[in-house]
Formats: sequence, structure tokens, C-alpha cells
Amino acid sequence: MLKILKYSFYDLMRSRWSYVYFIFYLLLGFGLLFLNHDLSKGVITMMNIIVVLVPLIGTIFGIMYYYNSKEFTELLLAQPIRRSRIFLGQYLGVAGSLTMCLTLGLGIPFVIYGLFRSDAIWQFGLLILIGAFLTFIFTALAFNIAINNENRIKGFGYAILLWLFMAVLFDGIFLIALITFEQYPLDNFSLLATLFNPIDLSRILILLKLDISALLGYTGAVFKQFFGTHIGFLTSMSTLVLWTIVPILLLIRAAKRKDF
Amino acid sequence: MKTHYLQWSVLSLLLVIASWNTARPGNINVCSDCSITSVQQAIQQARPYDTILVHHGIYPEFNIVIDKPLYIRGMGQPVIDGENRGEIIQILSDSVTLDGITIRNVETSYTKDHAAIRIIQSRDFLLQNLLVEDFFFGIYLQKSNNGTIRNNQLRGNGINEFGSGNGIHLWYAQHVLIENNEIQGARDGIYFEFADSSIIRNNYSHHNIRYGLHFMFSNHDVYEHNTFEQNGAGVAVMFSKNIDMISNTFTQNWGPSSYGLLLKEIYDANIQGNKFIKNTIGIQVEGSNRINYTENDFAENGWALKIRGAIYSNTFTQNNFLHNSFDLSYNSKLHDNVFVSNYWSKYTGYDLDRDGIGDVPYRPVNLFSYIVNRIPESIILLRSLFMDLVDFSEKVSPAFTPDHLVDPSPLMKKVP
Repeated sequence: MLKILKYSFYDLMRSRWSYVYFIFYLLLGFGLLFLNHDLSKGVITMMNIIVVLVPLIGTIFGIMYYYNSKEFTELLLAQPIRRSRIFLGQYLGVAGSLTMCLTLGLGIPFVIYGLFRSDAIWQFGLLILIGAFLTFIFTALAFNIAINNENRIKGFGYAILLWLFMAVLFDGIFLIALITFEQYPLDNFSLLATLFNPIDLSRILILLKLDISALLGYTGAVFKQFFGTHIGFLTSMSTLVLWTIVPILLLIRAAKRKDF
Repeated sequence: MKTHYLQWSVLSLLLVIASWNTARPGNINVCSDCSITSVQQAIQQARPYDTILVHHGIYPEFNIVIDKPLYIRGMGQPVIDGENRGEIIQILSDSVTLDGITIRNVETSYTKDHAAIRIIQSRDFLLQNLLVEDFFFGIYLQKSNNGTIRNNQLRGNGINEFGSGNGIHLWYAQHVLIENNEIQGARDGIYFEFADSSIIRNNYSHHNIRYGLHFMFSNHDVYEHNTFEQNGAGVAVMFSKNIDMISNTFTQNWGPSSYGLLLKEIYDANIQGNKFIKNTIGIQVEGSNRINYTENDFAENGWALKIRGAIYSNTFTQNNFLHNSFDLSYNSKLHDNVFVSNYWSKYTGYDLDRDGIGDVPYRPVNLFSYIVNRIPESIILLRSLFMDLVDFSEKVSPAFTPDHLVDPSPLMKKVP
């Protein structure tokens, strides 16, 4: 598995798109901090971008990589290697290289602008952690879609749809639910609903760590009471872990059963 | 005969000198080596209009009663230490001046409002250059008029609302001037209840537990050039009429239920030239009518203006709304309120004829603000892509936001 991981990782590291992705974050980070030296403001803006962009890139990279390396995968399948190892290796290679691009791309400008001397370091750490989680989650979901769809166009379609659903439509449905049931106390409902969408969960986790959380008022207080405590933080983190592990398990299962 | 005349004149001269001597105010010195070692003793021995000079040192005294017109002056900032045993100074006479004294350690009580200085039914007082530390209530005016409180420092140590008192507390007072004071760590920095025709100027009220300044049932007052920073909430003006609020700064009153300025049942006020910077809510307005909001700056607040309930005949002109998360939250009909000629940093319209006024009206209430108003829980969608998209489409073609709530002539440039 490690060999395949290493191969996928280096393969991607050499690819042009990884550089583009890395340089994009690098420029974004420098540009942002050049315009505004306030690191914690930078974290807020980054958060806005990361919770939307990271899932999108994760999904597209994941599905693209799977389809592109299909012949190679089939070649590997002919060798005496366990299937789960092949797919896990590839998956970890993709997700790992994306996470590295993100971490370095954002880390370098923030460090140069004095991250270690500021108190925004924990917020930044959380941001990167959440970025990594989102990458792993959405790459895993993309691999699942790819392995279940031989048709590339269909696969791409589903992947984009998945991203669209999580990033935009989910919130729309959530809002409609809030409007429909506005007569009822909705705090616990909204708390629960956010756990079902890793993007929302990440956004709220970061928002609550910033001063902007004061805007959230009473609802924010309910959320803070939950997420602010150790139990809440552990719950949300383990939800993110669950969001990562479940698609990976599904991937392994699908890989084992699939007739190539 | 001649000697007789001379004798009489000498005698009368002596009498005149003697009587002049009794009427003339004298100095009484208080210090640890003087014949008088306590302030209370000095007051008892003093005649009206005497000057008591309190020299440098610590005087452990409480319940000092000033019952005659006196000028009490500290030399080298003496300390009167109440040692947490009750009230420290009570003024029961007109024309009392306290100058340059440190007063500290007022007893905290849950049944009595102990104050460092309490003025009861007196006029023409002057409190200046005082340092009041660890007080429960700081300066307490009770049915007292025509006085000045200036250049004082009040440093409280309040932790919670029920275990702390107000810095400067006015209860039934008129024509009081409060200027150049610094107040911190009190429950309310300055509190007005039935206090009319008074002026609050150039004070710095910060880190108070509840409000920087609090009005209740007080009319015809002016507060100007004050700074209210990091209080539980900046200023609360409630049930009062004809208050002028001019050129004050409200900043960093930040927290889930915090605001720069709260207006509740206020009529005929004038809010001009103030700066509201980094507050959760710049101004929260509840049922306040006939108020002019002009030339104020609202910058980087969560909500610049949050208006609850019906309001009538208010005008908002020449204000700057700069980078607030929400410019305006509004939950009733527009009635006869006017938003005109303000600068909105979020305005994206154009000005073809270059007269400095945007050609497209600006809608200060965006859709998200409208939804949050209806369903507070939806604030959880703050900064989500979905909300940004919806807001954008609403901006392009308004369908939900109140269409009459517009600024028909938004300014292209900031009001200087």
C-alpha cells in the first residue's frame, strides 16, 4: 500500500495541476495579507474560500485521478496485491498531496507575515485542520462515485452535483426547513442539521472561534455552549472523522465487490 | 474729652476687627502631626466657608458628614480609606467643594447603596480631581442641583451586576455638569434617573459591567465628546425626551447581547456626529420617534442599525455606513421614516451625471438580514455560499426585501 501511495503521491506532485493548486493558495495568501495585515481577518476570508473551494477541488481531483489512472489500476489489479491496498493507496496519495498543497500554499504566506508571533495561530491551525478534513472527505466521496460509475460523464456529473448539494443546496433546504417550522424551537434542530453537512460543520466551527461569533446572538450561544465545550468539540471532530472513515470503508467495500 | 474719643475709636476698631475675624474663612490643617488628625474632627471645628487642608497621608475614616459649606482640599493627594465599613462622605450642605483627594474602599452592601461621596439635597457643589477607588457606588447625587463633577477618576472593581454600583449616580438632579472624568469597573459608568438639563462632556467610560452611560426618565440632557469603550453595552437611553447625543465615540462594545447605543422610548432626540466602531450592534432602536440621525459613522459593526417595533418620523441623513456585516435590520413598515443621502460602502450603483449622488437607489436591508429578522436561527448560515448567492440575486432583482425601504439618493463619496 505504501508503495502505491508513494507512487500516486509523487505522480501527483509532478503534475501541473498540483502546482497550479499550490500556487493559487500561495498567491491568494500573499495577496490577501498584502492588502490587509490583520491575520485573524485573513483567517476569516480564507475560511470563506476554503469551505467552498477545498471540497470542490477535492471532488474534481479525486474523480479525475481515478478515471485517468484507470488503466494503471487495472494493471495493478492483475498483480498479487490486495484490492483495498491499491485503492487506499491511490486515495491517500491524492488526498495527501492536496492537503500538502493547501498547507504549504497557505502556511508560507501566513508564516512570513508573522503567524508564530500572533495569537491567530490556533485559528489558523483549526483552519488547516478543517481544510485537511474537507479534502479527505470529499476525495473519498469522489472515489466512491467514480468506482460506482463506469461512465465518466455520469461520474463527473454526480461529483459536481454532490459538491453543489453540500455547498449550496443543503443550506437552501435547511433554510426552507427553518422557515416552515419557524413556530417551533429550532436551536437543537439546526445544531443537528449542521452535523449532516461537513461544509456547514466546518464553517460553524471556524466562525465560533472568531469574534464574529458575537453576531450569532442567542442561536450562537446555543451553538457555543455545544461546540465551545470539550464534549462539543470532540463531538464535532469525531463527526468529521466519521465523515472521513465511512466513505473510505464504503470505498473498500465497493472495491472488493467490483467486477473489473 | 479727646482721650475719651480716642478710646472709643480704638475699641470700636477692635470690635470691627474681631467681628471680621469671625466672619473671615480660616484655614484648618489636617495631618498626622497636626492638632487635628481626622477630617471629621476638622469639619466639626470648622466654621462655614472655611478651608480644610488635608495633607498627604492615609485617614481611615467613614461616615464623614459635611453639614456646612466648606472647601476641603487635599494637599499631595491624601487618602481617605473607608476600610469597607460603610459610606465614606455625606454632603448635607450647599456650596461644598472637594478637591484632590483619594477616597477608597466603600463597603459593598446588598441592602444599602453605600457611596464614596453622597450629596443629599444640596446645591452648588464642586467635586474635582478626586480619585475614587474600589467603590460600591462612586458619587451619588440625591435631589441635588447646580453642581459640577470634573476631572475625577473612578476605578471600581465590580465583577457582576448585583454586587456592584454605579460610578456617578444622579437621582433627581438638575443642572449638573459632568466633564473630563474617567470611569471604569462600575456597573453603569454614569447613571441618570430623573436628572434633567445636565451636560456630560469629554468623559471616558470604559470596561463597565453594564452600561457606559445610562439614562432613565431624564430629559433635556446633552452628552457630547465622550468615549464609551468595551462596556457590557455602550449607552442606554430609556424613556427620556430631548436628549442631544453629539460627537461621542462608541467602540468595541462587543458580545452576544451588546450594543453601542440602545434607544428605548426616546422622543425628539438628536444624534449627530457620533462614531460607532466595532460594536455588535451600532444602535438598537426600540420605539423611538422624531429622532434625527445625521453625520454619524457606522464602521465594522455587526449590525449598524437594528430597529425593532414601529418608529415614526425619524430621519437618517448624511451618515456613513462602512463595512458593517449588516447595515440595517428593520422589522416593521417604513411609516414616515426617511433614509436619504447616506453613504453606504456596499453601494454598487453608478453616477452618470457626476453630481455625487448615485443614480440607482440603494436598499439597505439585504435578504439575509430580512430572513434573520424573521427567523433568528438562520443566522447560522452567516457567510455561507448559499446566502451570498441569494443575496446577490436579490440585489439584482429584488423580490422579498421591503421595496419602499430605500435610500433614493445614496452618496458616492463618504461624508467627511
